[in-house]
Amino acid sequence: MSLVEVARPKLSPARMRPRDVMRVGAVGLRTRPLRAFLSALGIAIGIAAMVGVVGLSSSSGAELDRTLSALGTNLLTVSSGTTLMGEAAQMPKDAEAMIERIGPVEAVSSIGRMGDVKVYRSEQIPEAQTGGIATYAARLDLPATVGATLRDGTWLNAATERYPAAVLGSSAAQRLGVGAVSPDTQVVVGGMRFTVVGVLNPVALATDLDAGVLVGWPVAESRLGFDGHPTTLYTRSDEARLESVRQVLAATANPEAPNEVDVSRPSDALAAKQATSQAFANLLLGVGAVALLVGGVGVANTMVISVLERRAEIGLRRSLGATRGQIRTQFLAESLLLSALGGGGGILLGTGVTMGYALYSGWPSVVPAWATVGGLVATLVIGAAAGLYPAIRASRLSPTEALSAP
Amino acid sequence: MIALTDVSRTYPGGVAALASVSLRIEHGELVAIVGPSGSGKSTMLNVVGTLDRPTSGTIHIDGYDVSKLSDNRLSALRATTIGFVFQSFHLAPKVPALDNVADGLIYTGLGRAERRRRAAGALERVGLGHRMDHEPHELSGGERQRVAIARAVAGDPRLLLADEPTGALDSVSGAGVMELLRELNASGTTIVIITHDREIAAGLPRQVRMRDGTIISDTTAVAPEPSWPAETGVPG
Repeated sequence: MSLVEVARPKLSPARMRPRDVMRVGAVGLRTRPLRAFLSALGIAIGIAAMVGVVGLSSSSGAELDRTLSALGTNLLTVSSGTTLMGEAAQMPKDAEAMIERIGPVEAVSSIGRMGDVKVYRSEQIPEAQTGGIATYAARLDLPATVGATLRDGTWLNAATERYPAAVLGSSAAQRLGVGAVSPDTQVVVGGMRFTVVGVLNPVALATDLDAGVLVGWPVAESRLGFDGHPTTLYTRSDEARLESVRQVLAATANPEAPNEVDVSRPSDALAAKQATSQAFANLLLGVGAVALLVGGVGVANTMVISVLERRAEIGLRRSLGATRGQIRTQFLAESLLLSALGGGGGILLGTGVTMGYALYSGWPSVVPAWATVGGLVATLVIGAAAGLYPAIRASRLSPTEALSAP
Repeated sequence: MIALTDVSRTYPGGVAALASVSLRIEHGELVAIVGPSGSGKSTMLNVVGTLDRPTSGTIHIDGYDVSKLSDNRLSALRATTIGFVFQSFHLAPKVPALDNVADGLIYTGLGRAERRRRAAGALERVGLGHRMDHEPHELSGGERQRVAIARAVAGDPRLLLADEPTGALDSVSGAGVMELLRELNASGTTIVIITHDREIAAGLPRQVRMRDGTIISDTTAVAPEPSWPAETGVPG
């Protein structure tokens, strides 16, 4: 028997609207919410770890930038090093005045360390318990030059620098047990009672001062046997000409023996510390990436199980007119939805952790846009990769076989 | 509507589920395909429903030569022309009856509002206008099968294929479902019902009996006028 072909309209499957693709893709998530939640959680943890690591290191970087711009990066430190023979070198007494004559130098100040002058809370403290506190003779313009601020009390002035008055560095104050400054707070410096007039905050660009007790230059010379040679000079210069100042600084400070002088830029040390923690952050980023990958495997596993369990549904959809492509799209959409939910949650979580920690540490909280976008893109790539194989398997199921599944 | 010519379906391993079957079913018929399990009646439903392709022979459904259609075009044919009713209903759990029916139209390309409108109409037709918001577990077996029938007819298919539609139902609900199928047939839908129940088959105008992959008898109560492709010749 053969039949005459009657002209029939050409059949073509209807395109699914994007909203219907989403609806169909969400079926598995709606019917098994706990499973969807748990497998999205795997992705969320990975993304949160990565966003958190990037956010925290950016926030601490922003904090450093803020600190540096407050402190200035134009501070150069000149300190007396050692002679060729390995002995402690001395800078000339007029080093400060000579440096002041360098054109671009805007401010100079100095301290002189008195190695043999020890500090105690009282006369009752055994001599050996020095607490590692150093004593310095300090110029009056020191706080302005190094950017030191007072936590309590006042700085030395033209009057108090001639008398037994001392300002404590932050950790020296802690070690001596001096909290608030009052007129009767005294410490023993070189066997003599000094009244504490002020306590400094930690000094970021001159950390040596934190464990020091600062007294006036004249009183150091008259009462503590200070030789008047500065041991460290602090200079502020025109930022643009900092490098040329740096080159002449050693020879200016000690023209007779420039090699006995060390010149350094303290803000460089802070930036170097930041670079070190950046390297550590990169390592953590790698750990986050592994967590994300494990999350992706979780999604793939969920999708494989979902396809196996829903064979009857796949068969029904095929009988209702779904093409292979539409079945594939459905499971791919499900996988993408699952990981996008996880990724979105992870970004929120990571941003929340960053903001919380930054708030706690007093940092500005910064989550770079590239981290957020990158996290979402990584999520979608993982979702697509995890869903591809199960989706193809679902689409290749023969409808009759799928329908006969229990 | 349906024309099978020398259709065979052999499964890997040499089992012939259909052996050179020829059958014509005209528009508007209500046909029972009866036979014991293993007689090939389910395979018959699958090839007629284009879910499976025959090993040899040709099948015409609604004027289309199935063997010449790609998988995508067959899907479109199923979406527009064929409705299925299964023994085990295949309803989505935790989804209200209205959405179960409306989601069945998702592959026809209609918008959601239109799908829901048609679904409501189909549920009214099967007598479940008052149960639209009920989820499958809140419905009796007979009501679930009515929802499944509503899903099958919501897109106004010209052909409805029912595989043991009363197999999972008690006799009262089963009778109700058969009554509904008769009503749908009366309104113009061609219906093929597969069953092993001779009693149910006996109540239908035409019965095709099958055994071991072949048709052993075909009782046609009335021979309707062939409304579509006329035969032009006999095998040469």
